[in-house]
Amino acid sequence: MPFVNWLKRHLVVIAGLLTLSYLLLPNIVVTVFSFNKPKGRFNYQWQQFSTDAWKDPCGVADMCGSLSLSLQIAFWATVGATVLGTMIAFALVRYRFRARGAVNSLIFLPMAMPEVVMAASLLTLFLNMGAQLGFWTILIAHIMFCLSFVVTAVKARVMSMDPRLEQAAQDLYAGPVQTFLRVTLPIAAPGIAAGALLSFALSFDDFIITNFNAGSTVTFPMFVWGSAQRGTPVQINVIGTAMFLLAVLFVLVSMLIGNRRGRQKA
Amino acid sequence: MMTTETSGDVRLTGISKTYGSFTAVHPLDLTVPQGSFFALLGASGCGKTTTLRMIAGLEEPSSGTVYLGDQEVTHLPPYKRPVNTVFQSYALFPHLDIFENVAFGLRRRGIKSVKKQVEEMLDLVQLGEQARKKPHQLSGGQQQRVAVARALINHPKVLLLDEPLGALDLKLRRQMQLELKRIQTEVGITFVHVTHDQEEAMTMADTVAVMNAGRVEQLGSPADLYENPQTTFVANFLGTSNLIEAEVDAKSGAEIVLKAGGGRLVLPEARCSAPTATGGKVLVGVRPEKISLVHADEADAIPDGRNRVTGRIAQSSFIGVSTQYVIDSPVCPEFEVYVQNIDRDSRLAPGAEVVLHWNPEHTFGLDAAQDIDAGVETAEEEAA
Repeated sequence: MPFVNWLKRHLVVIAGLLTLSYLLLPNIVVTVFSFNKPKGRFNYQWQQFSTDAWKDPCGVADMCGSLSLSLQIAFWATVGATVLGTMIAFALVRYRFRARGAVNSLIFLPMAMPEVVMAASLLTLFLNMGAQLGFWTILIAHIMFCLSFVVTAVKARVMSMDPRLEQAAQDLYAGPVQTFLRVTLPIAAPGIAAGALLSFALSFDDFIITNFNAGSTVTFPMFVWGSAQRGTPVQINVIGTAMFLLAVLFVLVSMLIGNRRGRQKA
Repeated sequence: MMTTETSGDVRLTGISKTYGSFTAVHPLDLTVPQGSFFALLGASGCGKTTTLRMIAGLEEPSSGTVYLGDQEVTHLPPYKRPVNTVFQSYALFPHLDIFENVAFGLRRRGIKSVKKQVEEMLDLVQLGEQARKKPHQLSGGQQQRVAVARALINHPKVLLLDEPLGALDLKLRRQMQLELKRIQTEVGITFVHVTHDQEEAMTMADTVAVMNAGRVEQLGSPADLYENPQTTFVANFLGTSNLIEAEVDAKSGAEIVLKAGGGRLVLPEARCSAPTATGGKVLVGVRPEKISLVHADEADAIPDGRNRVTGRIAQSSFIGVSTQYVIDSPVCPEFEVYVQNIDRDSRLAPGAEVVLHWNPEHTFGLDAAQDIDAGVETAEEEAA
């Protein structure tokens, strides 16, 4: 049975390729349809090749405005959640205070709770406080749910850090500020970066919580959802493809840098 | 500042450390002379590392003062003390390369041109080639040398070493012991070395302080500690001692005559740290390698004036350079004797009746009010 033997030998590769294509197929469809020239308002059937949408990505009314808003919110949510989350993570690992255990579990609640429940309760809270729904309520909500991810990522890093490293820095004439900047922060950096990246991705494509708490403000995911009811412009695929390519580029560049460092070491 | 200093001794006066109700270090006075290689020796949990960390400033003493030369540093934070530490497991900065690890202390003190100094220091520890590697790419022995270089480059008044060789295998440990000793002689800086390994302490240090349960049991040169232990803990922790319970029978001149298990033993009075009233109890000690062993048939050939003990061989293990015997004797159930492999007597096998004898000069006396087995288990645990 040469075929069975061949299968046995290559099973891992085949499984890997299948999984990869399963992951990549949606992205390929989005990319392919960004070059479509649809007949009606819906971009669901392949008609003919065209680069019109790529030449005019902001050709759809309000789309680039919502995209810019989403990017702004994602940026500030990332900054807010990373700074707060890093501080919380350090506090939880380094200090023994009352209600530490409670804080530890409460931090995980936003990750565990169904998003729609949280969205609705946040809306109730904002309305009762008389808050104006819009940019700020979205930002507050995003920082809140991103926080748990940052805390988790940074905490793992800080916990695995040898406390003697900071003692060694102090022993070598570094004061508290220098010790933090030269030793603690650089060692915690990978955890902080992971938390920040997660925050950005989560905030940028969040729909449910944003939809509840946005008022009349429209973010990019909300725009996509709205237009899906009335007809999807090809430009949505263009933005989607561009984001995907940017992410891939980002990963490739960081891998290249990592590789070069690795080679220098060897 | 350097010119006004009369001395660079490390002086601890009445220093102690308590954690809640637990006393890690009992009030302790200790002076480490400038330029010496000083070892704090003891089992884990005896307070030796806490003492070291109080000199470094990483632990605040509960009482007492720490002096470095004429400067009182008791309440100075570690980054303001002219002292550097080689940590257990080295604590090298994983995100910096070897060069930057070594340069760290210089840079923090605002020294701009570090290249020459760092390169010289890396050459001293024979790591010039590895300057641009990260710590995890080096072997344990190399990491250990980086840790030493990183501390020494600052020319501290005192270098503190916290079990620096604990993570290395035996062969490398021996090599690093000699290496550290060489570096210390070369740079002339005071080294304070914490270790649980009695051989390591004796090989490297000029002065050894044996610590037990937060107290210094005895302080002295390695040979002095070994030959004249003052407590049963020191006698058992440093090497092996045979301890015999005896009763003071009489004194003649500088000698004390003792009764033990029907026999008679002689102990020079100068070598007895215990009170010796007639009729009082004393512990008599002798090291296993000082003893000669003969078959009972040849007991007549033993010269007069030697201390004698009879017994039966319980175990014998031949280890090449010597044979180690355990003798079942009326005065001591497990009397250890090491016999050099010069002439081997085939009659000396388990079950044989034997006579042990040694020069009375090699006998030491200890206070009988102590636990006769103190330090035996700790020494065995640490060796395991």
